[in-house]
Amino acid sequence: MATVWIPTPYRDLVGGVETVTVAGSTVRQITRNLDTAHPGFWERLVDDETDRIRAGVSVIINGVVVGTALHEPVGENDEVHYLPAIAGGA
Amino acid sequence: MTTANKKKYKVIGTTPIRHDGADKVTGRAIYGIDFHTTGMLWGKILRSPHAHAKIKSIDASKALALPGVHAVVTGKDMAVARDIEVEAGETSLNYMHLSDNVMARDKVLYKGHAVAAVAADTQHIAEEALDLIDVDYEVLTPVLNGREGMKADVPLIHPEQTTKIMAFRFDPGTDSGEKSNVAGRSQLKLGDIEAGFKEADFIVEREYTTSWVHQGYIEAQNATAHWNNDDNITVWNSSQGTFNQRQLMAEILKHPVSQIKMVPLEIGGGFGGKIPVYLEIPAAMLSKKTGHPVKMTMTRTEVFEGTGPASAAQMKAKVGATKDGRITAAYAELVFEAGAFPGSAVGAGAQGMFTAYNIENILIDGYDVVVNKPKSAAYRSPGTPQACFPAEAVIDELADLVGMDPLEFRMKNAAKEGDRRADGVQHPEMGNLECMEALKASDHYKSDLGGPNRGRGVASGYWGNAGMPASCSIAINGDGTVSLAEGSPDIGGSRTSIAMMCAEAFGIAAEDVHPSIKDTDSIGYQGLTAGSSTTLRNGWAVYEVTNQAIELIKARAARLWETEPENVDFADGVFFSKAEKELKLTFKEMAGKLMETGGPISVAASVAPRGAGPSFTTHMVDVEVDPETGKVDILRYTAAQDVGTMIHPDYVEGQVQGGAVQGIGWALNEEYFFNDKGAMLNASYLDYRVPTMLDLPMIDTILVEHANPNHPFGVRGVAEISVVPPLGAIANAIYAAVGVRMRDLPMAPHKIVKALQEKNGKTK
Repeated sequence: MATVWIPTPYRDLVGGVETVTVAGSTVRQITRNLDTAHPGFWERLVDDETDRIRAGVSVIINGVVVGTALHEPVGENDEVHYLPAIAGGA
Repeated sequence: MTTANKKKYKVIGTTPIRHDGADKVTGRAIYGIDFHTTGMLWGKILRSPHAHAKIKSIDASKALALPGVHAVVTGKDMAVARDIEVEAGETSLNYMHLSDNVMARDKVLYKGHAVAAVAADTQHIAEEALDLIDVDYEVLTPVLNGREGMKADVPLIHPEQTTKIMAFRFDPGTDSGEKSNVAGRSQLKLGDIEAGFKEADFIVEREYTTSWVHQGYIEAQNATAHWNNDDNITVWNSSQGTFNQRQLMAEILKHPVSQIKMVPLEIGGGFGGKIPVYLEIPAAMLSKKTGHPVKMTMTRTEVFEGTGPASAAQMKAKVGATKDGRITAAYAELVFEAGAFPGSAVGAGAQGMFTAYNIENILIDGYDVVVNKPKSAAYRSPGTPQACFPAEAVIDELADLVGMDPLEFRMKNAAKEGDRRADGVQHPEMGNLECMEALKASDHYKSDLGGPNRGRGVASGYWGNAGMPASCSIAINGDGTVSLAEGSPDIGGSRTSIAMMCAEAFGIAAEDVHPSIKDTDSIGYQGLTAGSSTTLRNGWAVYEVTNQAIELIKARAARLWETEPENVDFADGVFFSKAEKELKLTFKEMAGKLMETGGPISVAASVAPRGAGPSFTTHMVDVEVDPETGKVDILRYTAAQDVGTMIHPDYVEGQVQGGAVQGIGWALNEEYFFNDKGAMLNASYLDYRVPTMLDLPMIDTILVEHANPNHPFGVRGVAEISVVPPLGAIANAIYAAVGVRMRDLPMAPHKIVKALQEKNGKTK
């Protein structure tokens, strides 16, 4: 199962812990299963209109920014983060 | 300084003359201000004299009656953009906010906010017409400070805005339902902050403020737009991303993206400030109304008042450490003034502020607060210089309490591969500690200060860098040269760096590659020239096209040698037969045989690279403070930075030096002076004090080449991070020189004199 780091403002949805383990082999499955176990994540993280992770969020898998596509593969022991997408200035 | 993981190259790492050098030094390069086209009109913007006011009415009849005036547009002429958040490059934005920032509709939200635009035969007529537009305002009380703006009894800039508890910008998150100027509240939490502070033997907690500062690019914003009769729009301008701006234009004008062509002209600096659109929209609207191309350029005052500077911030920082110098916990509260619309860089500041250190327990609260000032924009490592200032100053105080050398204290706590950032992500392979070690081994570290009232300060910094998509194409010419097309506006020498990677792959000279930067109809999608990503991502694209071309040429060589392509190999610029060693032709020789072996070869590729690799840096500065006047002189400055593989070392060094100089200005001189009505009082370079070469010594660099393992040439972004440490490093140096801790930027002479008087008990 993948380890999902919960954004701090959402930790009330998971009892205050930093991480939870979630089954799934894509970002879609991970996010859906996270929401099933702890309702509220799908609405916060996914834009149903575009069927993508919301603008302003980047999914990071094992430290690598993978963007906003829900079909991104997630490995069995991967670490998944949902973090702000940030661009720079130069 | 090169680390063990760097490959050997022939072109990469050399310093050829830039391909655009001759045009730029002879004045032939075409910038926006140089652009001219047949039948062109001039546009000018009428801007609000008030920081906060309702627009009761706009009467442009007198202006329209002025001979030579062709059209006037106002916010009422603009379609209402969608109130949604979208990706734009690697950042995100709200179209409605962007549209309302381009031209006010019902309210003006800062002095300088655009309220109308005029097109006329000449600039002078257009300026004269602005005076003839009557705008009736109902002036409102402005909100001019972030902490003040958070209070319950202040005017609401956006009356319907409620505070959202967000994990990220535009997160629908949890709506507090409370109407407020606080647009968003975010938090990063790692470990157990209370336990971490309990473990500490020393705790330092302080408050800090920074002022609004501008990126200070030399070239003002400009745009020429032509809305043709067939509804195709062409825009010639200076921007940090043609494809991003094309998307923004399409949304705001509600026009098909396929009917907008953005033509990149040369750019005279951006540093983040040329990511948004400003003039492009009114220029296009005026062109539609008049049928003529319309050119608009900003004055320097307009640039200061009407574009996006970096946020001012009010911050608290609290850090604890054990007696042996291990940092156990860090807390911060960051209040960033977003300007007139939500979306400061507070999130990026939170992500970056303690990231150079391995701290197991961290809590950072961030507040994004709207105020009646220009909408903030990105500025080189957005948000991170502000946030790292308190972090580095408090860490310096802790080192003092623990009794450790400040650089050794940082080395003891330096983040390494596998350590976690405040947001929980583990650091990849990088050279943070190597930078600190290199600085400690430097002549600068070992040198004496050589006089009284002199002090040395150090500070570290982090910036995450970005990837973003890129496209390029190449055409191999018969003489063995290569025409290379890409689409990223070249701010820091990227076209030559990209050409060098192409030359490296083919085993030819950098001068044999001819790079050009194309418009949005002529090249595949490009991300922003931002996020320190351009050389990295276009290097990936070049890697793809050169590999593809080499395979095609192998097949041509096989045809010549009457063998199969798998029997041909390529190394060091030479194609050769694996079986018959005497059969070999250089890339140039093969280029001359393309026509006889099947015709010309050209290749295009698009990529979306991952694994950008973060930047780390540590700076050291010696200052001398005049205790009578408070003037600070920078005596010596050294920046040590992990730069990955350097493609063109001069450009890398220039980026490091340029960022350091901007940070020095941020620390010592630069600030927007606002009066109590929200008017900027120093909107010119005469009064907005940017450091010049006469103010500074040579910025020494120690360039640590820790190659990015996720890039074919080892590139990691280098352009932004060096603006981060100077704020803290100089504050720490001033303390070392004269014993006062400066916590309010800029550290201007009068503030230092006052602090010295208070220290010496001579407060006036």
